[in-house]
Amino acid sequence: MSATTTVPRSGSTALPAFRPSLKVPVSLGVLALIALVFFGFLGSDKTAEMKISDAGDAVAVPALMIPGQVGGIVLGILLLAMAAYSIYRWTQGEKSPKWLPIAFAVVFVFALLVWIVAGARQPSISLAGLVAGSVTLAVPLVFGSLSGVLCERVGVVNIAIEGQLLGGAFTAALVATMTGSPYIGLIAAAAAGAVVSMVLAVFSIKYLVNQIIVGVVLNVLVSGLTGFLYGTLMVPNKEQFNTPGRLDILPIPLLSDIPIIGPILFEQSIAGYLMYIAVAVVWFGLFKTRWGLRVRAVGEHPQAADTLGINVNATRFWNVTLGGAIAGIGGAVFTLVTIDSFTKDISGGRGFIALAALIFGRWNPIGAFLASLLFGFAYNLQSILGIIGTPVPSQFMAMLPYLVTIFAVAGLVGKSRPPAASGIPYVKG
Amino acid sequence: MTSSSEGSTKDQTPEESTAEVRAADVALDTAGGTLEPSIVPVSSQSGDTGHQQGSLMRRIVMGNGFVSVLAVIVALFLGGLLIASTDAQVAKTAGYLFARPSDFLTALWSAMTDSYVALFQGSVFSPREGFKPILETMTVATPLICAGLGVALAFRAGLFNIGAQGQIIISATLAAYVGFTWHLPFGLHLLLVIIMGVLGGAAWGAIVGILKARTGAHEVIVTIMLNYVALFLLDFLLNTSAFRRPGDNSPISPRLDESATYPVLIPGSRLHLGFLVAIALTYGVWWMLNRSTIGFEFRAVGANPIAARTAGVKVPRATILVMALAGALAAFGGVAQVAGTEKVLTGGVAAQIGFDSITVALLGRSTPWGTFFAGLLFGAFRAGAVQMQIQTGTPIDIVLVVQSLIVLFIAAPPLIRSIFRLESKKKKKNKTPKAAPEAALANATGGAK
Repeated sequence: MSATTTVPRSGSTALPAFRPSLKVPVSLGVLALIALVFFGFLGSDKTAEMKISDAGDAVAVPALMIPGQVGGIVLGILLLAMAAYSIYRWTQGEKSPKWLPIAFAVVFVFALLVWIVAGARQPSISLAGLVAGSVTLAVPLVFGSLSGVLCERVGVVNIAIEGQLLGGAFTAALVATMTGSPYIGLIAAAAAGAVVSMVLAVFSIKYLVNQIIVGVVLNVLVSGLTGFLYGTLMVPNKEQFNTPGRLDILPIPLLSDIPIIGPILFEQSIAGYLMYIAVAVVWFGLFKTRWGLRVRAVGEHPQAADTLGINVNATRFWNVTLGGAIAGIGGAVFTLVTIDSFTKDISGGRGFIALAALIFGRWNPIGAFLASLLFGFAYNLQSILGIIGTPVPSQFMAMLPYLVTIFAVAGLVGKSRPPAASGIPYVKG
Repeated sequence: MTSSSEGSTKDQTPEESTAEVRAADVALDTAGGTLEPSIVPVSSQSGDTGHQQGSLMRRIVMGNGFVSVLAVIVALFLGGLLIASTDAQVAKTAGYLFARPSDFLTALWSAMTDSYVALFQGSVFSPREGFKPILETMTVATPLICAGLGVALAFRAGLFNIGAQGQIIISATLAAYVGFTWHLPFGLHLLLVIIMGVLGGAAWGAIVGILKARTGAHEVIVTIMLNYVALFLLDFLLNTSAFRRPGDNSPISPRLDESATYPVLIPGSRLHLGFLVAIALTYGVWWMLNRSTIGFEFRAVGANPIAARTAGVKVPRATILVMALAGALAAFGGVAQVAGTEKVLTGGVAAQIGFDSITVALLGRSTPWGTFFAGLLFGAFRAGAVQMQIQTGTPIDIVLVVQSLIVLFIAAPPLIRSIFRLESKKKKKNKTPKAAPEAALANATGGAK
């Protein structure tokens, strides 16, 4: 996630004395100082208890007991050391290594957590519960951001992720109730997401309407349609239209017995496993197959792709459709896994967080996956903070994903560079 | 989501840049007067730029204004079908459709018209209240017009301002704070409320402009994110003692002082001075865009930032200024909400106005007066929908459906033309390859960069 990797090579070689951007070292330095001062010197002197295993677990791991102030100072110094290393690399005219910002982020988040927990009325938190909740909340985000990756990699901006999620959530609830099978609901959700995406594709590819406009309008359209049908169909006849039931939890026999991480990762519904598969398949497909090469060529330089005989607009159409189907499955998670009914605007802006995750993950499936987990973590932390009673207002935790994304597009990640032809319609000729 | 103007210049081939310059010429030519803005409409020109040999009648029929009207009609019709499809009477009569089709058609017709009649009565004229509803429409339209102008202005400069929602929230927060904590004489108080609100909105917009100009951060992303930041900020503030009503635990502010609110224009209605302000702003934006140097620069940047820079326009400065002005315009909407319509600050002060304003600007084709009338139309939808829900039980959400359909149809005129078979000649098929690249290029350059 370093800024420097995004500096275009052609531009940099033209400069006589090239130096990598100062953005990363400076941002890291400032953040490290903030951590040292606020989390360390101004931190609470209470001891934060971080439970790793629950009481009922087979393997009991002792809880981490971290004194708030001392822990903050130690972690702050560690962060400063990383920032110093980054600055040292800069003085040598070298870029910071790629792992550095990631490691920095992990330590920073941990320091933040220690500070928050130690300052709480009830300085105790279950790490396993925190992570498990984060994964659950991240599932729709991952699907949504994968949809964005597929669309943007092929040169179509997908602002309509929110609409795809919402359409999927509604259709899943409706079809699952009417057929009595959540699995058919899941398939229908994928179809609904694909339909929303097809509208985006037709308008932006065939009619050359600006993609951002179509995306924005589609979100409104889906919100209106689902809200209308919810009001006229689901509210008066809940039994008939809005009791989808849930997808079964299918523990994977051996893996789910692994202490601590087993239940988190391997006791999921089919949608959860589909998420892992989707991330892996999209990553492999995009970067290791002929199809992926073509997709990326269309997204970066459609003229060149066309010259080589790739049907640019057909590639775009089917990729956008596929992306919509994936986002639709993500939407089904709301109504078939998280809770078992649809309510108006159930996606609640999660599509925009998915968009943020896609950008923070730099248009890469794995990056989008990790960013979604991070944002899921922030979402979950926000609700847990309310329970343990912290000095930090939960609204600021809620803001965090959005602020982080602004930093990502503006500073820390440097010029986060989308595929070159993203947002530009292609007309042969 | 293309990269910033600087970014795109570097890796451009000479052919591409000349093509862009050419597209800019086209766009600048059309933007010379009150003709077409460069953003949405360019794509809509795809069919009929260049050949004007058609008769006057054909030009009227093919013209954008006519397409807009048709788009509204088709959208209303589809919305009516949606209402009818969930109507119990329609479903019942559909059961014996072939036995007695007239029953079905009657039910279909009444299901479609009942809601729209209620909508009309709630927004324009009702036998019971006379023309009073139209005053409510104007009240509801006021913030839509202001925020729509902000979105439209940014569109004209090639920027996507999705952030009207956040700009409204911030301005409403600041304006309300001044309105209920400071106690000042009449006139001065309202003036300060407006100034503080507008400054807040302008600052919130300028953040986007600065980030875009300095770092190349895409304004769509930044504005979407800032919307949520503003929303949570307001939520936080309403839970602090500075903003909460004394002795009340719900997140609602004290009422604004009488001296801090817009005077009511017509007694017995909610219509306030803010509506006149909106008219003045519409004129101001029209003047700026079409008569002033800075407005010309904005449009030049919107048409082609590279050509504009070559011509000596300071693109980063223009970007920051446009976003600040867009924020200020949206801020007038926020002020109208707290100092005119609602008179208190709540978490829902901005409602859906910020998002609606995007569709308003699109329906108005990013021209100031177009935005004004689009704002009135959507204001009528909003005002009438309340009445419609009470009278016929049709959920308000139908308004969202109709609004978005209108914009979709307007954004894609070939679609609406093909629905009504307005293409008199088959030649369009052959024309497309030649005409379309221009549109695409202009769309790309005039669109978000």
